[in-house]
Amino acid sequence: MKTFWPRLLATTLVPVALFVLWYVASSDSGNFFFPPLAKILAAFDKVWINAGGFGDIAISLWRLAIGFLASLIFSLVVGVVLGLSKSARDYTEPVFEFFRAIPPTVMIPVLLVVSGIGDASKIAVISFGCLWPMLLNTIEGVRSIDPVLKDTCRVYRIHGLRRLFSLTLPAAAPQIVTGMRTGLSIAIILMVISEMFASRNGMGFMIIQFQRTFSIPEMWSGILLLGLIGVLLSLLMRVVELWVLGWYERSRVR
Amino acid sequence: MAGSSSPSPPLATPGALLGPAVVFTRLYGTESMNRAVSGRRRVTRPSQFRGVIGFGVFLFLWEILPVAGFLPARYFPPFHEVVWALFLDFASPVFWHSVAYTAQAWFAGLVIAFVAAAAVGLVLGSVPVLWRYTESTIEFLRPIPSVALIPLAVLMFGIDIKSALLLIVYAAFWQILIQILYGVKDVDPVALDTARVYGLGRWSRIRHVSWPTALPYAITGFRLGASVALVLAVTAELVIGNPGIGHQVALAQSAMALPEMYSLVIAAGIMGVLVNVLARAIERKVLAWHPSVRADRQEAP
Amino acid sequence: MADESVMEKEKAPKAALDRSDPMLAITRLRKVYQDGERSIEAIRDVTFSLEKGELVCIVGPSGAGKTTLLRCIAGLLAPTSGEVVLAGKPVAGPSPGLAVVFQEYGRSLFPWMRVRQNVELPLKASGRNAAERRRLVDESLQAVGLAGAGDAYPWQLSGGMQQRVAIARAIAYQPQVLLMDEPFASVDAQTRADLEDLVRTIWARMGMTIVFVTHDIDESVYLGGRVVVLSASPTSVMRDVTIDLGETRDQLETRASPRFGQLRSEIYALIRDAKHHRS
Repeated sequence: MKTFWPRLLATTLVPVALFVLWYVASSDSGNFFFPPLAKILAAFDKVWINAGGFGDIAISLWRLAIGFLASLIFSLVVGVVLGLSKSARDYTEPVFEFFRAIPPTVMIPVLLVVSGIGDASKIAVISFGCLWPMLLNTIEGVRSIDPVLKDTCRVYRIHGLRRLFSLTLPAAAPQIVTGMRTGLSIAIILMVISEMFASRNGMGFMIIQFQRTFSIPEMWSGILLLGLIGVLLSLLMRVVELWVLGWYERSRVR
Repeated sequence: MAGSSSPSPPLATPGALLGPAVVFTRLYGTESMNRAVSGRRRVTRPSQFRGVIGFGVFLFLWEILPVAGFLPARYFPPFHEVVWALFLDFASPVFWHSVAYTAQAWFAGLVIAFVAAAAVGLVLGSVPVLWRYTESTIEFLRPIPSVALIPLAVLMFGIDIKSALLLIVYAAFWQILIQILYGVKDVDPVALDTARVYGLGRWSRIRHVSWPTALPYAITGFRLGASVALVLAVTAELVIGNPGIGHQVALAQSAMALPEMYSLVIAAGIMGVLVNVLARAIERKVLAWHPSVRADRQEAP
Repeated sequence: MADESVMEKEKAPKAALDRSDPMLAITRLRKVYQDGERSIEAIRDVTFSLEKGELVCIVGPSGAGKTTLLRCIAGLLAPTSGEVVLAGKPVAGPSPGLAVVFQEYGRSLFPWMRVRQNVELPLKASGRNAAERRRLVDESLQAVGLAGAGDAYPWQLSGGMQQRVAIARAIAYQPQVLLMDEPFASVDAQTRADLEDLVRTIWARMGMTIVFVTHDIDESVYLGGRVVVLSASPTSVMRDVTIDLGETRDQLETRASPRFGQLRSEIYALIRDAKHHRS
């Protein structure tokens, strides 16, 4: 515990100082673009900390979750199958790599045309965008499993589902998680942009509305909120990572 | 270019795209995309051939399914219409102006981000005290989605290129910074001690020890940053309206010129491929002589 | 099915061995690789057999296809021609009567599982119930001297201990034949000596049939009841040397004995000639 207080200080000093600095420096600001932090915080409370605000937050996160999870499951299933079969990979990887190279946000108008302005199109866009990094990383993770481990399974006749859960998935996990991190950040971008571009609700929609109506403190409150959500989701991802890859991280420290 | 009401395109055009598909497959091939710089994996001829077949099947389906009615042709124009629109694009100055605009924003943003990230990364990595105090701030700022800044960018700069740059730089900066920090952390302490013993000042140590070690990571960061920069450039155009490819897509969509829209999506994809190929080529060039010591996993393909 | 009761068996004197069928018979084994347009004959003609309970070492010059041979015996690689027969049944793929200890111990253990789970995994796959698995795991860990290490992760252990875990996993599997592919090549000399003695102990206590591949001539003479000396590629059996150094062996005494020196020189000369023939 001797390092607790110094560590706490080191971790919180700069962020807190920056925050206070922002607050003070902007407190009598007449600048149109950068209102006083105090006002922003007040707007934050007014806009988001109530049933309506929660509703918009919830619907955005809901779309994000469904889109991301759908792609994750698809990646795991198809990724494992393709990772195990060289010929299947040969046929499909170039096409996948092309899809992955398309900047995901460009698909938003496409999906707008195809499935309109509702939830389904946003979920589809999020899914499509975060699929490629996760799928390709899963394939890579499965493909590059250590041959000695594979031989071990052959010798001891470990096959089928047991092999999938004892060898394939854990061995590919580090690479799969790398893909998930990229996928998550793409999913967040798509969630926000799809709502800014074509939506009637959600965080992105609200923020762009504030901008259009020049409600600046409210707009900033939205920016803060998105930042906060980004950080929280990243923390959540970290928790999942530690849970899945605890053994990996500890084995690397050596 | 927008609202083109061209006559029905010749059906030979799908064949013309198979050529580039072959090139694409050779460049990427199977399992060469996610390799580290070592380039030890080479595309074999059967794999290339299969890759082209795979592409061909995909294009075939794209052509057949709308034509046969399995996909609503209203929303999914058959492939040959899209290819035709793409060829019309290639002949259109508006298209090339948009591409140039996007490329410009991408490049400027990437360079600014790289220089800033290298500077910050080297300083933070070399002065442990600074890192200890700023690590939490960076971990906090990093996950903030750059698209959250879109409203601010619109307010401050409108459709001037600076609004795109704000987003691009912000996003690419973090990608590159993280990689450089990995790199600086990887520096051999024995090498640093040796340098200190020989009287090298802090700046010299950075130049002669830290930077060369961090270089492979910096290049990886450059590659990751390059693709993020393109995504943000196009996104800014899409949402804000800067006159680049993204904006053209939005225009095509609102005019319901679907073959046009899809052709622009393909064009954006081609740009993405080019950015990636360019970044990997630079990676190979710069690091050909450099022993690659990093772990594969830290690189997010 | 292998012995169910207790892992420790009575040490069976050679004379009482079952002489009806060899435990492992390799007959005219040949393996040719296709490399693009060229074909490489790795193994030309290997023939030898093991009786039940024998400990036979295989040595040869580097590049002699020792690992290829072992993989063919294990059923991991299909030979081009010739036969591998295990306890009367031809080997067409990995069989439950065979276990392998690989050279790369660090890479053959699953890092996401604890030692105990690593040893248990093949037993789960072969369908034994929980109580029996527990017993086998405990006994095999004890046999290799790792009774207290069950809850550790492999990467927390030293190289020698990791190899012991791999050995424990193999013997818990209760195979009829244990194949060891240069298992101590990547281990320091001190640890190697301990592990060699461990192999002898396990062999004596459990009456296992062991094929031990090595490039270390001294090790092969120290460990083996017989040493099969392979030629350089394309490989065949040069000689089958009987090691008459007695049942109990000691790192100091046995290695210092004149007979050890003679046997060692004999095999060394064979291998040296094989290398020169090649070049």
